[in-house]
Amino acid sequence: MSAYKNYLIVWATLLVLTAITVGVSLLNLGLWNAGVALGIASVKAALVALYFMHLRHEIKLVLGFALFPLLILALIIIGTLTDTLYR
Amino acid sequence: MASKHKAHKGAPVSARLGIWAFLATELLLFGGLFTVYAVFRLSYPDLFHVQHLKLNRIMGALNTVLLLTSSLSMAIGIAAIRQGRQRILKIALAVTLALAAGFLCIKYFEWSEDFGHGLYPASNLFFGLYFMMTGLHGLHVLFGMLVMVWLLLRAQRGEFSADYNTPVEITGLYWHFVDLVWIYLFPLLYLIG
Amino acid sequence: MPDLSALNGGEASLASHDVDAVFIIPAIPSSLGNFFIPLLIGARDVAFPRLNLFSYWIFLAGIAVTLFSLLQPIDTGWTFYTPYSAQSSAAVTTLCLGLFLVGMSSILTGLNFIVTIHTMRAPGMNWYRMPLFIWAMYATSVIQVLSTPVIGITFILLAAERLFGVGFFDPAKGGDPLLFQHFFWFYSHPVVYVMILPAMGIISEVAPVFSRKPIFGYRAIAYSALAIAFIGFLVWGHHMFVSGMSTVAGVIFSFLTFFVAVPTGIKIFNWIATLYRGSITLDSPMLYALTFIFLFIIGGLTGLFLGSLATDVHVHDTYFLVAHFHYTMMGGTVMGLFAGLHYWYPKVTGRMLNENWAKNAWWLIVTGFNVTFFPMFILGMQGMPRRYAEYPAKYQPLNVVATVGSWFLAVGILIMFANFIRSLRNGAPAPANPWRGLTLEWSIPSPPETENFTEIPTVTDWPYSYGKKTRHDRGK
Ligand SMILES: [Cu+2]
Repeated sequence: MSAYKNYLIVWATLLVLTAITVGVSLLNLGLWNAGVALGIASVKAALVALYFMHLRHEIKLVLGFALFPLLILALIIIGTLTDTLYR
Repeated sequence: MASKHKAHKGAPVSARLGIWAFLATELLLFGGLFTVYAVFRLSYPDLFHVQHLKLNRIMGALNTVLLLTSSLSMAIGIAAIRQGRQRILKIALAVTLALAAGFLCIKYFEWSEDFGHGLYPASNLFFGLYFMMTGLHGLHVLFGMLVMVWLLLRAQRGEFSADYNTPVEITGLYWHFVDLVWIYLFPLLYLIG
Repeated sequence: MPDLSALNGGEASLASHDVDAVFIIPAIPSSLGNFFIPLLIGARDVAFPRLNLFSYWIFLAGIAVTLFSLLQPIDTGWTFYTPYSAQSSAAVTTLCLGLFLVGMSSILTGLNFIVTIHTMRAPGMNWYRMPLFIWAMYATSVIQVLSTPVIGITFILLAAERLFGVGFFDPAKGGDPLLFQHFFWFYSHPVVYVMILPAMGIISEVAPVFSRKPIFGYRAIAYSALAIAFIGFLVWGHHMFVSGMSTVAGVIFSFLTFFVAVPTGIKIFNWIATLYRGSITLDSPMLYALTFIFLFIIGGLTGLFLGSLATDVHVHDTYFLVAHFHYTMMGGTVMGLFAGLHYWYPKVTGRMLNENWAKNAWWLIVTGFNVTFFPMFILGMQGMPRRYAEYPAKYQPLNVVATVGSWFLAVGILIMFANFIRSLRNGAPAPANPWRGLTLEWSIPSPPETENFTEIPTVTDWPYSYGKKTRHDRGK
């Protein structure tokens, strides 16, 4: 039963965060709008990954499988931007 | 780790490694689109700002809620079948399917509204991205639904139990990933475009 | 200006050659891995046999669609650079679909190999007791899994550009054609390592067996395979030095490109150290392995010329690049593959090759190869551009030399394959372990039974304890 309860708490938190990010987007914070929105999205993503996707209890190997691709994703974005931003 | 000797109750390691490696490929598939987004968003901030206001935030937020909830029901289904509760699994799968269908419905209305306003993939770079991103994501939702129908049929035949539920868990991981992508698409397109 | 329209046919067939070569060749590691990964790690099959079959069918479908789209000559070159590929009347969209399917298949195969290597190793075979070929295949599979999706989305976007008029790559709509090149090379650079790494793995197996010496620097060779795979993701921009990419990016990518030479050099030094004072027998697999080392040193070092920003501007898109590419890909990948074919032929077919004919073919291939491709370095330095069917008369003599060399090369390859076919029936029956190798595939009959191992072996040592009376236990 406690598993269900945990999931419900995570779900409620996710909904609250969604409400917050929509709310913040109505304010004009300039550059910070993007930062806050992406920050909140990352918190939500982490919650889903850790709880719903069980990464919290996973073995290190699977954790590596989950995290390493993020590095490669960062590489393609950063590498491409070094070109387009400085052209 | 303290839980090292506690056997993992879910799918075997090979299946988990397999699905996570598959999700890695999915991440990089969407990664191409995220890169395009980063490049154009930084090159044309004004275009993105003006165009993103044409999207319907309420609909987007509603869809976020639907997908998050479908992730919840999926997670509950997996927890249930790990304890051998077949009935809860079936209900959870059905709920997940319904929420996914709801998501696609709303998406359909949004797209028709955009088309009605003369907004097409070719209209400008922002809408090109919007349609490509939500389109590719929508296809993933659709594929997930097909798999869940298959799971539901197998669950109906009583094939899953506390001992054997690998397909459910694997599909669950895929489904949460689809949710994860949307968690980023929503702010990128609707809120800070 | 010569009449270029008359040459279009030639350029189109060149493009088809490249499309085949670059997108189909990854199938070679797939088939190699399917057979040899389970054998070398002591498993009966890969981790997901049904997925494997599925991936095979997608591959066939992808090839069928690709070949169908090539019925109409493709005029975009194998790189499909936008914006032209978005407008070309050739069947680019169909080609995108076909190659997308091929890519999907290689993703699934790579995924399968990774999980197989993680979970299916025979009891006792820890990571440092794995044959180095397995390390190489692991690195290869990581590249396949992580780089192929990027070309997948690129094909989707190119198709969307053609079908819906999305303008990501179209400067007229504010898009950026170079974005396409970034994506394209993010895949296409690492994919050359998909081709070379398995070959390097084969050399790491063949060199110790035919030197009767333990491999030198096991861990260095193993980790350098992973390093090559990783660095491969950092250097794609070196294909875009003259494309109008920013200078900042050019400098960074050029700098990073030099790092590829480090793990590659580590491997070469370790192979040579393995040969040092070994009791070398020059059987055909070893001949090809030594050829690999020799040619790949040339191919690798000339790569540095191309990787440095300033020299590249001079030799970019000249025959120098063609020569470099063929020294690495043909002198490297193909020679490594030939070494593997000769090494494992008895295991796969249960027959020995005719060693005399194998050696005759080797002489022709090595001579022919060098006579064909070495002059191209000189031609390139003199400024002869690639991909033209006509050129000024001053380039004529060396081109004639190259053409003659290619005949020798072709005859050599023909003889080699004739030997493969003839030995199937006429070769002497192969014993279980003709080369006295220590990897697990040699512990079972040639050819292996359907399930490889009747009893899964227990591994107590690494497979490189050659030339010693007692086996040392290496690797913990
Ligand atoms: Cu390269």
